[in-house]
Amino acid sequence: MLVFIIRRLLQSVVVLFVMSLLVFAGVYAIGNPIDILISPDATQADRADAIARLGLDKPMYVQYLVFLGQAAAGNLGKSFAFNIPAIELIFERMPATLELAVFAMGLAVVLGLPLGLYAGLKPKSLGGRAIMAGSILGFSLPTFWVGLMLIMVFAVFAGVLPSNGRGPTTLLLGVPVSFLSLDGLKHLLLPGFTLALLNIALIIRLARSGTQEALMMDYIKFARAKGLSNARIVGVHVLKNIMIPIVTVIALQFGSVIAFSVVTETIFAWPGMGKLLIDSINVLDRPVIVAYLLIIVTLFIFVNLVVDLLYSVLDPRVRLTDSGQ
Amino acid sequence: MTVALKVENLSTHFFTKQGVVKAVNEVSFEVPRGGVLGLVGESGSGKSMTGYSIMGLIDPPGRVVGGRVLLGGTNLLELDPEAMRAMRGSRVAMIFQDPMMTLNPVLRIDTQMIEAIQAHEKVSRAAALARAREALARVGIPSPDERLASYPHQFSGGMRQRVAIATALLNKPDLIIADEPTTALDVTIQGQILFEMQKLTRESGTALIWITHDLSVIAGLADHVCVMYAGRVVESGTVDQVLDAPRHPYTRGLIASVPAANPRGRALAQIPGMTPALLNLPPGCPFRERCARADAACGADPATEALADAHAVRCFHPHTEALPPAAAEGASP
Repeated sequence: MLVFIIRRLLQSVVVLFVMSLLVFAGVYAIGNPIDILISPDATQADRADAIARLGLDKPMYVQYLVFLGQAAAGNLGKSFAFNIPAIELIFERMPATLELAVFAMGLAVVLGLPLGLYAGLKPKSLGGRAIMAGSILGFSLPTFWVGLMLIMVFAVFAGVLPSNGRGPTTLLLGVPVSFLSLDGLKHLLLPGFTLALLNIALIIRLARSGTQEALMMDYIKFARAKGLSNARIVGVHVLKNIMIPIVTVIALQFGSVIAFSVVTETIFAWPGMGKLLIDSINVLDRPVIVAYLLIIVTLFIFVNLVVDLLYSVLDPRVRLTDSGQ
Repeated sequence: MTVALKVENLSTHFFTKQGVVKAVNEVSFEVPRGGVLGLVGESGSGKSMTGYSIMGLIDPPGRVVGGRVLLGGTNLLELDPEAMRAMRGSRVAMIFQDPMMTLNPVLRIDTQMIEAIQAHEKVSRAAALARAREALARVGIPSPDERLASYPHQFSGGMRQRVAIATALLNKPDLIIADEPTTALDVTIQGQILFEMQKLTRESGTALIWITHDLSVIAGLADHVCVMYAGRVVESGTVDQVLDAPRHPYTRGLIASVPAANPRGRALAQIPGMTPALLNLPPGCPFRERCARADAACGADPATEALADAHAVRCFHPHTEALPPAAAEGASP
């Protein structure tokens, strides 16, 4: 187990290194930030001075090596636009995005799992068919459109929910969160549901097909022959067997919800990392873009590690020492 | 001997879009306490469905449409779902064919055994665990303490079947229905399991219904035999009556098909044709298409005719002569 984790961490370092190389080269190719950062009527001397100050006068590989040296010490560079460390800027925005992502995934599990189980247990009932039809909408409607429609219905017509911003935040263990106050929760509802919709649909479909498959297995028949209650058969025997693919999807989707909440955060003016990334790309704020992408990669690596650990809890046949080879 | 289970005119039909499948058709038999009944037939003859019908485990579109299943005076078919659930696993238990599939792969053995006890009795986890350990020891599983904490994939097929048998025995049922439990196992393990089952049922007075297509298993294990064909019992009697002096042409064909009965070098005997599709089965003897003795009379349904003692046959033209000695030897070694 420990060996497994150590090996995975070493692999992660390699992944991070390759990723930093790709991101650095990619961002370098986008364009020269100096044209955006310095006003067109600055003198040639001012311009040269700024270029030297930002380290942009050196060749690319030197810039990369400087970046790498600083990164090894935990310094991912200073934002060109805000002149504060990029990592600080991102961490400042991270709680908002994390809260949104956790809320969205929580919503997806709480709604998707029971609906999927029901649809799997009663595939021919009206409810089961309605759930499956609804789930098709869930993953075929584009996020931005759903967000706009939700704003139209709940904020504009009904006027019951706010359309943008995070609302008041409360400090929880030093981290500002919205969900502890009613007004904050109201602000969370629309963007959270928008992000959750696709995942609800995914979980419904996975849970349904898993349930139908499990119900045909002999061990379910044997469980019934033992005289177990339906609640125990569905809640333990079926659920534990279908959780393996669902946990995988939840974890991967959790990563993408964080990484790609850009659209939703923009629509609802949610002050998270996604909005920061869009703003940074607009002004070619290289350090922030690079730092953001590296943090996202780290997050994905971490999530995958957690999934692998969870597998061994859910499925006794998985041997952690084998899966790393 | 008191009767543990009495099945009268049990019928189970499947209602499909294409028509009605009479999977179990007017089946009657009884099993005394501590007795072993063999239910023999080809695939699709309705023997497993008879077992599921007794257990109340028939799923739609199937439905038990008639008859009575009397377990110690209670008609199981009249019980409501919750009362039937309480019966399953405590008074009637069932074990299945493929031991690789009957245990839930993601739950530990102790979880799966304890839940079988706690579904029927309010007992502490510790007490249930002690009973599970005792049951495992009884079916010959070495170091049961260690094994209880294992997962199914850590067991061999034979060991898993022993776990399933131990689970079925946990609540000391009156009746165990064994649906080909040794078919998937190799012969040495099969012999051990048969021996254990015989011993356990004799010790506890549990009645046993052994569903199989293997006549040699029946010969060594059962007291009584019912031969099923196309959802009906075509011949029934004691093991000696049915295996040594079979009356029904189908039973005779089955016995002749056992390879051991065949002189070396001669082509194996077989019953021509195959089991008829049960969907919308026309009236008349379902075996007549494959039967050498069939004539115009077989277009009508033969009634069950009682012969000597327990022996009964459902045929217009039953064999009356004894079985040639070579064939009889093969079936009951």
